Amino acid sequence: MIDLTLILAAGVASGTILLFAAVGEIFAERAGVLNLGVEGMMLMGAVAGFSVAASSGNPWIGLLLAMLAGAALSLIHAVVTIHLRAEQVISGLALTFLGSGVARVLGDGLSSAGSIETLPRLTIPLLSQVPLLGPILFRDQSILTYVGFVLVPVAWYWIDRTRPGLNLRAVGERPAAADAQGVDVVRVRYAYVLVGGLLAGLAGATITLAISPGWFGDQTVAGRGWIAVGLVIFAQWSPIRAAVGAYLFGAIFRFILDLQGVKSLLGFDNPFQAGRSATFFLEMLPYAFVVLVVIVGSREALRRRVGAPAALGIPYVRGERGA
Amino acid sequence: MIHLEPRGQPPRWLSPLLTVAAVVVALVIGAVVLALVGGDPLKSYLHIVDAAFGDIGVLSDTLVKATPLILTGLACALAFRMRLWNIGAEGQFLLGAWGASFVVLGLGLPEGTPAIVLIPAMMLAGALAGAIWGFIPGILRARLGVNEIITTLMLNYVALAWVQFWVFGPWSEGGFQQTATFPREAWLPRLTDFGKDIPLFSGLTTHVGLVFALIATAVGWVVVSRTRWGYEMRLMGDNAAAARYAGIDIRRYIVVIFAISGALAGLAGMSEVAGSVHRLQDRISPGYGFTAIIIAYLAHLGPWRVVVASILFGALILAGREIQPSGVPAMIQGIILFCLIVADVFTRYRVVAGRRAAAAA
Amino acid sequence: MTATEPSAPRTGSLPLALEARGIVKAFPGVLANDHVDFDLRPGEVHALLGENGAGKSTLMNVLAGLYRPDEGAIRVDGREVEFRSPRDAIAAGIGMVHQHFTLVPSQTVAENALLGLDRPRFRLDLKHTEAQVAGLARDVRLHVDPRARIWQLSVGEQQRVEIIKLLVQGARVLILDEPTAVLAPQEIADLFATLRSMVATGTSVVFISHKLGEVLSIADRITVMRGGLVTAAGIAPEGVTRADLARLMVGRPVLEQLKRIEVEPGRLVLKVDEVHADSDRGVPALRGASLEVHAGEIVGIAAVAGNGQSELAHVITGLRSCTGRVTIDGRDVAGRPAREAIAAGVGHVPEDRAGVGSAPNLSLVDNLILRAFRRPPLARGPMLDDGAARDKAEGLREAYAISAPTIDAPVRILSGGNLQRLILAREIDSAPKVLIAVQPTRGLDVGAIEGVHQLLLDLRAKGTGILLISEELEELLALADRVLVMYEGRVTANFDSPTGGDVEAIGLQMTGGDA
Repeated sequence: MIDLTLILAAGVASGTILLFAAVGEIFAERAGVLNLGVEGMMLMGAVAGFSVAASSGNPWIGLLLAMLAGAALSLIHAVVTIHLRAEQVISGLALTFLGSGVARVLGDGLSSAGSIETLPRLTIPLLSQVPLLGPILFRDQSILTYVGFVLVPVAWYWIDRTRPGLNLRAVGERPAAADAQGVDVVRVRYAYVLVGGLLAGLAGATITLAISPGWFGDQTVAGRGWIAVGLVIFAQWSPIRAAVGAYLFGAIFRFILDLQGVKSLLGFDNPFQAGRSATFFLEMLPYAFVVLVVIVGSREALRRRVGAPAALGIPYVRGERGA
Repeated sequence: MIHLEPRGQPPRWLSPLLTVAAVVVALVIGAVVLALVGGDPLKSYLHIVDAAFGDIGVLSDTLVKATPLILTGLACALAFRMRLWNIGAEGQFLLGAWGASFVVLGLGLPEGTPAIVLIPAMMLAGALAGAIWGFIPGILRARLGVNEIITTLMLNYVALAWVQFWVFGPWSEGGFQQTATFPREAWLPRLTDFGKDIPLFSGLTTHVGLVFALIATAVGWVVVSRTRWGYEMRLMGDNAAAARYAGIDIRRYIVVIFAISGALAGLAGMSEVAGSVHRLQDRISPGYGFTAIIIAYLAHLGPWRVVVASILFGALILAGREIQPSGVPAMIQGIILFCLIVADVFTRYRVVAGRRAAAAA
Repeated sequence: MTATEPSAPRTGSLPLALEARGIVKAFPGVLANDHVDFDLRPGEVHALLGENGAGKSTLMNVLAGLYRPDEGAIRVDGREVEFRSPRDAIAAGIGMVHQHFTLVPSQTVAENALLGLDRPRFRLDLKHTEAQVAGLARDVRLHVDPRARIWQLSVGEQQRVEIIKLLVQGARVLILDEPTAVLAPQEIADLFATLRSMVATGTSVVFISHKLGEVLSIADRITVMRGGLVTAAGIAPEGVTRADLARLMVGRPVLEQLKRIEVEPGRLVLKVDEVHADSDRGVPALRGASLEVHAGEIVGIAAVAGNGQSELAHVITGLRSCTGRVTIDGRDVAGRPAREAIAAGVGHVPEDRAGVGSAPNLSLVDNLILRAFRRPPLARGPMLDDGAARDKAEGLREAYAISAPTIDAPVRILSGGNLQRLILAREIDSAPKVLIAVQPTRGLDVGAIEGVHQLLLDLRAKGTGILLISEELEELLALADRVLVMYEGRVTANFDSPTGGDVEAIGLQMTGGDA
């Protein structure tokens, strides 16, 4: 039997992972820096969180270290792309190699580390009784899921309604204008790339400390870092749209997982169950869906003549020669 | 404070010097990290050298690993030259491997079909399948401006699942994650096939795919440096607006380049199944398409560097299988790429000490 | 005789609004400011004159906090100050309107005004800022909608936003860098009126320019710079002639000696017929533009930025789709790809030298063969003859005196003047039937400008038709056989053999004609 509420609730949990990563990348890209190393940073966060939690017995310390690991990795990207003005695409890819390699090295032998104490789960008293949405959103969710709920409006407010947010947007759209107004472009870019790293590390830790504890090498993250990057385009760089996309994908992931686990479907033998070859078509779904979602995002950008922050991917150099 | 200043024209010896320096520095950093994690770097490195170049047998195996790297490296280099980020070489490789396998396993050709029919058919199918897999992100980018990094990457995962379906399902041999071995007519000639006439070659697995790869490199070099197309690509890669101004049809180029890039990677896949493994299996690629990105990054310095780098990285892949922990080769790749990026920066810019020209915060 | 002595201060007791002493600023390869002194009295309009590359923008960037001087001192209202960033300068009441506007296109006027302020610190109150902006705009009689997004505004309106932005930030010293470059004559008059009213309330204005006539009409005092040095400090405009200023600017008597011969216009080489096209924003930019150019004539187009002239150039050269007819020597290329326009015989010297007209990191060779690489002798089948390419590049470099270390050097190291020479060399060498030249002398120094003008006249003498789109009315008057005016996407007026006396009439047409 398929309990839709449980599936959707699990979807929300799963979506939280994508949400953290996507919002982190939105911050970085709004400042004009493309960071493709999300997958690597998430892996680092996942392994750091898990191993520290396992050895110290305290998942909170694990969480902290996970975020710091993500930030440390993003710092490399920041130096290389902001100060050294290297091509952001290549640096991000290198970051993914590095992050995933180091993560696998560090995680060697971890999967047998035994189960760890995961982060606490909560049920919010009144809200979880709200019909329909209550049990999905507020019942027995990891504390990180609630953090995710709060992050979205906070991120939106920060970007849209505060002075630091105004500076952030200016730096990503026309850094020369921000510079002329006294905004420190370099510092702003560094700050938000690091924020992206912190959140990516958090996303990784969400996997290993909350949603699916355990270390399974590359498969721990399974391309979700890349999906998050695609989500940013679909979200048109808005945290709220990113949340919609993240939870939608979370639901898809859960749906696939559950479909693979079921022996019979509507009375018929389930061809998609794990172990049958047709299950691989289900595996394709999330990734094919990202392609669709990115196409939709691009067409909309074309139509509304908005789109990526205008200075995305372009290193900022204050004009040297004067006249 | 130090800051960067663009060089007018870097001296010709600077780039090779910095590239070599970058690799050396990367290896040193890798050694340090390995030591920190409790490994023995010297032993690991020596092991790699021995396992890859120790005798003619392993050297031959290294060349086998290098072959798909050269082709996928060329595939990525071609696209990167125009700042088209084809991260999908891995998926295009897999589709090519599948396409070649399809000729053998899916077409139902009669037993005993001669190699002279099978091999070209496999080459065609492999290249075509790869080309299609490259065409999709290409047309999406050209027509809709869809970010090709995301699409090519996602298609990698789709391609993997596609291959897995066939390998676990219709083509599975005895329930294992691999197909039946291909008939002999579907094998690319190897050096060892001539072992009876030339005893030296006996046991050597290097196959004719290497020849494809070297020919592709040569042709690629000629096209890029000597033809009008190469000039147009140079122009597009540097300034798309100037290329439009010069009358070049950018959208058509994007689609064509992506298709050719996919075809090259697909050919690499074909050469791997027909020349090396002789079957289609789940882990047919140890990440050739991703390593190719690093190799492609070197390519702008000259196509022959692609060959040298492919051999080195092939060695890393071959010997790396036995290195614990398993993440070490990927980690070293990441460090090497970063060092190469930094080396590239220092080729294009000079480091100047002293006060910054502009006001600091 | 010229008065090159600083004029006596009229208000003896008030401290100088702004004072710079001994400013030195060097960049790699060039000493932009060589021990420069400059002072600004409260309530005056002080013009800073010099040709491109003289160091005026650098000096002002130092005063506005963008650059730190290598040596020298700055005083505001008598107090010594040190600016570590533009924020410090803004706090001291100094604001600069740059040549290239520093506005964020996707944000509103109010948001742009907010960007440079220190308060509010955290929470933004857009409504309050919008009211503030509207109020200030009313006070100085500049009309602007605080909620409009910058990309929706015309260039002239954007300039007003820049000024208001500075006023919102409390600027008492306004530095304007080449403000009239983008304005029609009437708008220039409006700007001057605004400046006068601001100055009357105690604001001081520095007006950077290379236009002698304007400087003489608006300035209370003039400082001239040349090659990083001050050649005349704070002189009064009374009794100073344009020739005097030109000599101070360039160091030698400047009189553009152009060789111009009488040419009979030949056959029709370009005909634009009722062309409609959209701008990049998707709004109609050309609404039925029509014109003709004959062989051996230069047709000038005078227009305020944003009236369709850029789009017109794109449409003729195949870089923008359109409806209507564009005929090059009898061949219709409207809406067809650029390749066909090139084949039909169009040459194009684009507005954006570095962004469109050249590939900055490629060599001189690669850039010089851009028009010729498809045909023999450079093309042999699919192959590109490297030797022939280099020969051509070498030949063009010599013939057009393009200054560069070698033909393999990347084009980005060329100066503006040399890059323009390269582009002209390439286009002229391709023997076009009609040449579209858009802002060909923008940002060039006097010597380079003269060179470009002569090249255009020589081309005209050889029988090429030239469509010259330029914001410099003087340039059009000097070169063009006919001057057309474009307004709101149409050609609205035609002046045959125009002279200086037509300036007012042309200017009137540029802003829409009789009300």
